[in-house]
Amino acid sequence: MEPVLELKNISYAYHTLDGETKTLTDISFSVASGEFVAIVGPSGCGKSTLLSIISGLLEPEKGLIKMNGKYTGENSMNIGYMLQHDYLFEWRTVYKNVLLGLEIQHMLSAKSRTKAMDLLETYGLKQFANSKPSELSGGMRQRAALIRTLVLDPDILLLDEPFSSLDYQNRLFAADDIGQIIRSTQKTALLVTHDLSEAVSLADRVIILTNRPASISKIVPITFDLEKDTPLHRRNAPEFKNYFNTIWEELNQNE
Amino acid sequence: MSEISVGQQSYLNSHKRHKRIVRVSRVAILLSFLFLWEFTANVGLIDSFIFSSPSKIALCFWDMVLDKTIFLHIWTTLYETIVSFLLVTLTGILLAVALWCSEKLSEILDPYLVVLNSLPKSALAPLLIVWLGANPATIIVAGMSVAIFGSILSLYTSFATVDKEKIKLIYTLRGNKWHALTKAVLPNSIPAIISNMKVNIGLCLVGVVIGEFLAARNGLGYLIIYSSQVFKMDWLLMSIVLLCIMAMGLYSLINLLEKVYQKKI
Repeated sequence: MEPVLELKNISYAYHTLDGETKTLTDISFSVASGEFVAIVGPSGCGKSTLLSIISGLLEPEKGLIKMNGKYTGENSMNIGYMLQHDYLFEWRTVYKNVLLGLEIQHMLSAKSRTKAMDLLETYGLKQFANSKPSELSGGMRQRAALIRTLVLDPDILLLDEPFSSLDYQNRLFAADDIGQIIRSTQKTALLVTHDLSEAVSLADRVIILTNRPASISKIVPITFDLEKDTPLHRRNAPEFKNYFNTIWEELNQNE
Repeated sequence: MSEISVGQQSYLNSHKRHKRIVRVSRVAILLSFLFLWEFTANVGLIDSFIFSSPSKIALCFWDMVLDKTIFLHIWTTLYETIVSFLLVTLTGILLAVALWCSEKLSEILDPYLVVLNSLPKSALAPLLIVWLGANPATIIVAGMSVAIFGSILSLYTSFATVDKEKIKLIYTLRGNKWHALTKAVLPNSIPAIISNMKVNIGLCLVGVVIGEFLAARNGLGYLIIYSSQVFKMDWLLMSIVLLCIMAMGLYSLINLLEKVYQKKI
């Protein structure tokens, strides 16, 4: 089966007047349908840049990206992107925030509105549909932000440290929550994070990047033998520590 | 209604007391100032020919209400101020949007805007009269000239400082620049636009009065210049009082707009 996303020899450099900063060199990997892949690496190694390139916000200097077997460039890809903060607009209600993407893509219809409302209901936010975002808790805001992307029915979800703005306890719950939603909808997801335990608890595979200019140093497949394979259960499983240590050592070896 | 504790009650009381003291003091200052002015003018401590007095000003106002001349002056100044304010607000937003759309344009025009903004605009008024003639249009342009450059600069700053990530969000939802402007930048800048309007309304009034000093047959600015030339200090001071009231009224109108917006959001 064709992978949903395929990267071939992606390289990227930032240019400033002080000179060139090589950020990514020769990154190649692919993501299968329904797979959850996490990318970890030292901070500032260009993890977020990689997501921006995949989403088409940045052009790679070298390399090619295939989505569903087609080369991108004609902007044919349907990508959902979750940023570090939820960026729910305070001047819109939760429901109107969820509709933002539909509005922009001129896809507002009775059907899509119902879908948005259904998603809000499924994920327990229906009673807040007409509230302001400030009335929601941090975790609920992330959920609303996820619904904003899910309502567009993306082929792949890009998650750029989506829990990093939350405090520790909320981060665990939100990661568990969002992880289970993504699993249950069988979405393909690519998560960027600096939190190793988050990566291990969520992903099927963890891609470890080296220091800048980043290249792939190792790819670790993650499998848990659990009855209920949820992020929180994974954290309590005995394998968790092993995976964590493997990734930790790999990262520090690169230092 | 839940029970209010003793501590909360005493806090509420002290807050109420504070508010009452502020309100009473404000009125007391005004009244004692008026009384002192009236009293000293009546007993001859100050020359009421030069300093006038509250009662003479009130009487003068009443006379002009009776012969209806005052309405024309008030209306002229008010009309010119409101028109120039609306034009400044509209063109200010449009030009700030244009600068936001093109970073290159804003970088090119930056020094010109800074110079034009710091130029004393009263220096332009005589020029405008020669170019446009002594008519209301000139005065409206004079009113605009005081506020427009600062308005463009401050609106552009607030547009340009909208969180980059909010704009990124629009792009990740596959929006374009137009969506970024209408869905993120403008709604995000409404508080800044309103506070800019508060500044503009005052500046437009300043510009209009300067314009009327130089080229008008009606309006409170004209009345001030005319009365100073014929030494009718009652007229002059009355016009100043009317300008005060007008400025206050216009400002509170925009305050009202802000309140309505805040309630809606």
